[in-house]
Amino acid sequence: MSLAHERVPGPAAFQRRGRIRPGDALLYVVTLAAALSGVVLLALITREVLVEAWPAMQKFGLGFLTTQAWGDHNKTLFGAKSFIYGTAVTSLGALLLATPISLAIALFLSELAPRWIRRIVAPLVELLAAIPSVVLGLWGILVLGPFITGTLGPALHGSFGWLPIFASKPTVGSNMFAAILILTIMIVPIVSSICRELFVGVPQELKDGALALGATRWEVVRGVVFPYARAGIAAALILGLGRAVGEAIAVTQVIGNNVAIHTDLFKPGDTLASRIAGQYQGADTALQVASLVYLAVILLVFSLIANLAAQLIVRRVAGRHQIR
Amino acid sequence: MSANAPTADLFRTERMRRRRIVNAFVEIGATVAALLAVGVLVIVVGSVVKRGWGAINVDFFTKTPALYSGFGPRPESGIENAIIGTLIIIGLALLMALPVAVLTAIYLNELAPRKLAGVVTLAFDVLNGIPAIVLGIFVFVFVVVGHGQAAWKASFALAILMVPMIARSTQEVLALVPTSMREASLALGAAKWRTTLSVVLPQAVGGIVTGATLATARAAGETAPLLFTTALYGDALDFNPTHPLATIPMFIFTSAEQADPVQQQQAWGAAAVLIGMILVASLIARWFADRSIRRMKGER
Repeated sequence: MSLAHERVPGPAAFQRRGRIRPGDALLYVVTLAAALSGVVLLALITREVLVEAWPAMQKFGLGFLTTQAWGDHNKTLFGAKSFIYGTAVTSLGALLLATPISLAIALFLSELAPRWIRRIVAPLVELLAAIPSVVLGLWGILVLGPFITGTLGPALHGSFGWLPIFASKPTVGSNMFAAILILTIMIVPIVSSICRELFVGVPQELKDGALALGATRWEVVRGVVFPYARAGIAAALILGLGRAVGEAIAVTQVIGNNVAIHTDLFKPGDTLASRIAGQYQGADTALQVASLVYLAVILLVFSLIANLAAQLIVRRVAGRHQIR
Repeated sequence: MSANAPTADLFRTERMRRRRIVNAFVEIGATVAALLAVGVLVIVVGSVVKRGWGAINVDFFTKTPALYSGFGPRPESGIENAIIGTLIIIGLALLMALPVAVLTAIYLNELAPRKLAGVVTLAFDVLNGIPAIVLGIFVFVFVVVGHGQAAWKASFALAILMVPMIARSTQEVLALVPTSMREASLALGAAKWRTTLSVVLPQAVGGIVTGATLATARAAGETAPLLFTTALYGDALDFNPTHPLATIPMFIFTSAEQADPVQQQQAWGAAAVLIGMILVASLIARWFADRSIRRMKGER
């Protein structure tokens, strides 16, 4: 393809039809390369992390998941059991608290609030998502922690002390309960803003139909809005859970970083992500580094599964409703 | 509900009363939940501002952290190096992420066959869901182990975080560019690449800026990718991205656990600066978004 040929005006332009112009080919190749970088990066991340974790995976095998240890026996024994437990308790606890609150906020913003209140409250809720986790963690250590030991903890222990999760009075501000509260604050804005969009997308005719049949607003929500948005809500909750599981900084600041398994939420613990973050000043041995990366492998596998599940749900729904 | 209306009996049944009570209960609950979220925001931002205010003065922006031996007057101390480090790292991350994200969005929206577009979109969605700490560990094992920490390596980790966000928002605005504009350009004999670069892309600039600004704001507050890539820095002022550089998030992270109340106050001050930066970036993004929406609607 010569440049002179390119410059010929008129009929030549018609001759070019069907042939690929160099500019187009270049654009195609460059953009394709950029687009494939995501796929390549995903593969590279998986590979690198697996390779680096391999010594630990070889040494401990799947027993790593059921061993409660970190650097025991002169830094030769590592295991993730207590971190998996801590991750499950804190993220599920946060999800349990965040689900009703997020749905309620989404309902308030989509169904109840007058327009001018919506305009003020919706950006504020999103601003909550913009607060960096390290700042939330700072607040967790210096404000929330003392509040839990001083006021909230004793009150919960006093009223619900018969529950094993509130069995003791908190002695330090850094505990699993603080981590649950911080994670709740982090995932509420995410889940609620997705749900609000879902609820706004419910066709008005359906809601009007239910209202015309004499349903109260809550009955419209329960009978029309929730079923319509069900799959989307599930996807939003999975994304929220994924966020809670992967949060490292704020959790490591408030959870107490303890290798232990307690039912009592007022005791310190640790999560997978938080344990990794806590070791940033350097691991002593190659085995410790490999074990650390093994924790990252567990997180990676979980986040891949959770995200694929959420995406599949969203895509199936999008296919069904022909939206987006 | 007027009592003497003919249908009044219908509404006074026990069942109706219960339904109404449940409804009122839910409506109040939803309102309380929204108030709670706003309340938490006010409390968190309020305590950051209240406790950080005392730390913020000219020295805070123009001095580097000074060690205090415990004797004599306290030396003036600030976070200049952390502010500059954050700006350098974020700037580099944006430089890495922006071209990749915009080109990806162009591919997905203008060129890609449907099936491949689906695969690429899924890959970016999944990438977006990988925890930041795992990205940090990836960069750590990929380029830090055996070579040492450096600011640009942190930028790399942050760029991985930013690409999906910028690509997503760019794709959204590209989809808004009317097909008729592309057709008009092609009908005039312009090549596809010419149409894409000189007709489609300029229309989308506002959206790209919005997405880039929001992604930058989010990345600025991320700490997890910094832990293993640029945490071992000195207190001196440094502009070299091949060294590990101080950052505001790392400063907050390390100062938060100090028992020294002055250090804690500095952490709050740094938090106030960080939130201020993020707030300003978000406002700029919002302004650009509004402007580009107005432009799209044809009011220049």
